[in-house]
Amino acid sequence: MTRRWAFALAALVLASLPLWLANSYYVNIASQILIWAMLALSVNVLAGYAGLVSLGHAGLFGVACYAVALSAAAGMGHLAAAFVALAAILAATALFALLSLRASGISFLMITLALGQILWGIAYRWISLTQGDNGINLAARPAPFGISLESPPAFYLATLAVFCLVVAALEVFTASPFGASLAGTRDQPQRMTALGYHVWLIRFLAFLFSGLIAGVAGLFFVYYDKFVSPHALSLATSAEALLMVISGGTGTLIGPIAGAALVVIMKYVASAYIERWNLVLGAIFVAIVLFMPEGLVPGTLRLWRAVRGARVGGADLGPAGRGAP
Amino acid sequence: MTLWLLLAINSVTLGGLLFLLSAGFSLIFGLMRIPNLTHGSFFMLGAYLGVSFLRAGLGFWAAALASAAAMARIGGVIERLLLRRLAGKALAQVLVTLGLSFMIADICLMIWTGDPVQLESPPGLRGTVPIASVMFPAYRLAISLIAVAIAAALWLLLERTRLGAMIRAGVDDAPMARVVGIRVGRLFSLVFCLGAALAGFGGVMGAPILSVYPGLDADMLPLALIVVILGGTGSLLGAFVGSFIVGFLYNFGQALFPELAYVILFLPMLAVLVVRPQGLFGRQA
Repeated sequence: MTRRWAFALAALVLASLPLWLANSYYVNIASQILIWAMLALSVNVLAGYAGLVSLGHAGLFGVACYAVALSAAAGMGHLAAAFVALAAILAATALFALLSLRASGISFLMITLALGQILWGIAYRWISLTQGDNGINLAARPAPFGISLESPPAFYLATLAVFCLVVAALEVFTASPFGASLAGTRDQPQRMTALGYHVWLIRFLAFLFSGLIAGVAGLFFVYYDKFVSPHALSLATSAEALLMVISGGTGTLIGPIAGAALVVIMKYVASAYIERWNLVLGAIFVAIVLFMPEGLVPGTLRLWRAVRGARVGGADLGPAGRGAP
Repeated sequence: MTLWLLLAINSVTLGGLLFLLSAGFSLIFGLMRIPNLTHGSFFMLGAYLGVSFLRAGLGFWAAALASAAAMARIGGVIERLLLRRLAGKALAQVLVTLGLSFMIADICLMIWTGDPVQLESPPGLRGTVPIASVMFPAYRLAISLIAVAIAAALWLLLERTRLGAMIRAGVDDAPMARVVGIRVGRLFSLVFCLGAALAGFGGVMGAPILSVYPGLDADMLPLALIVVILGGTGSLLGAFVGSFIVGFLYNFGQALFPELAYVILFLPMLAVLVVRPQGLFGRQA
């Protein structure tokens, strides 16, 4: 129950952000964090709960980006374009899953990487369809219920609303019997099989769920930039999303969000002050592995409890405590 | 006819360079189970170091060897300080090796700036060699020959020496190798240094052809991954055959179907994964 109240409070604080962030530049940063957090959460469904580390999510993300931009360019309305994009990403995810779920562990990572690179190659080279490096422009952001999303606060609030839906869906998902069986396929696939669970099907459905979230992130990515280029599908994007998850805390709900905040803030805010922000970001990742191997959020919780001494019992970690494989 | 021949030569050259890169990657993965995502960065850093050694007045081959030695040291430090603590933790290894590749890319940008550097081929190999009335570029031929020589040397090392037998034992069954008294940890360091050195050497060798530029690391790493998946992890023969397959696919794909070159590059890998997940020459895990 306290967990639910904490989420409601956090959502309220986040919703009030445009009031006390006077500069719309920072409101835009906050929107970016939410969009990337959705992508990181999508990676986390597989990496955290299913134990399947994907380095190809940028490809799926990009399918949604290109699908919405192309169908809007073809004259479709925003709602229809969004549905086309989600259908496209589900189809692409199903194909990804069919091919990559033949393996697990590092082989799964390599297959997803390769599939992601294929999609990147298509976006980059199939110029007659995707206009290659020049990318595709989106004429305007959608205006749901007649509300324009062109101003930074309006766009931020719309993103936040969808983000809260995604978080709520994930919360329901992890608490559900299906979420528990997915964690079972991560920890003990053979015993799950012996118990009569269809391990492959469970992983397949989890993959589709993950793809759907990546698609939502892709939609908002295109709405934000009103532009998509092959860079959205690059290995760098996949790697960043995965790094957000691992650095924040794999298998937790808050971890990937914290990781997304860390990376986006380093990218857009710290880069104004530190020229070598990539170096600093890399160093932070290495430091996290050395000092907080379970990720920032579980690591900080652990330190906090160590500081508070023996009063351990009551703290509700949620999935955080069980998460790290 | 000449076009096909030229494409074939370029393919063999790229295959040779890819072998230098992926032999180490494959051995590191096979022996230590570490997906070393820094390997592309080793290639790039080695190339940049070679550029600096050349500018400091060393000859081309001396610079390539010096760069290989430097990369062996750097690889050794990374293995000792970071990767050794992370044995068996695949996620942590992914995070650390990716983090390191970010850092190396940024350090290279800082030291050598963003301008691409095109090295000259070593003197004596700048011309062409006539073979059966066709003029072959001498340097590209030399690369292929060196790659084959290194492959043969590695094969002898692995198959004909006591050290090689210990490495093979470690690849097959590390805990059992420990039981019979092989210091697998020492082998890990050695193989990691060797892999880094080969990547660095390959970087310098490739510099006159590929040139050296920011992003070379991200261009090479996926190619090394494909080679290793195609050939099978931990298999030298697999890395060798896979390198040349990828070299041919890359060059012919670029020339024949420029819009779908990347798809062509990855499709055979997918086919191998679906039909034979352990790779062409890999053993069942």
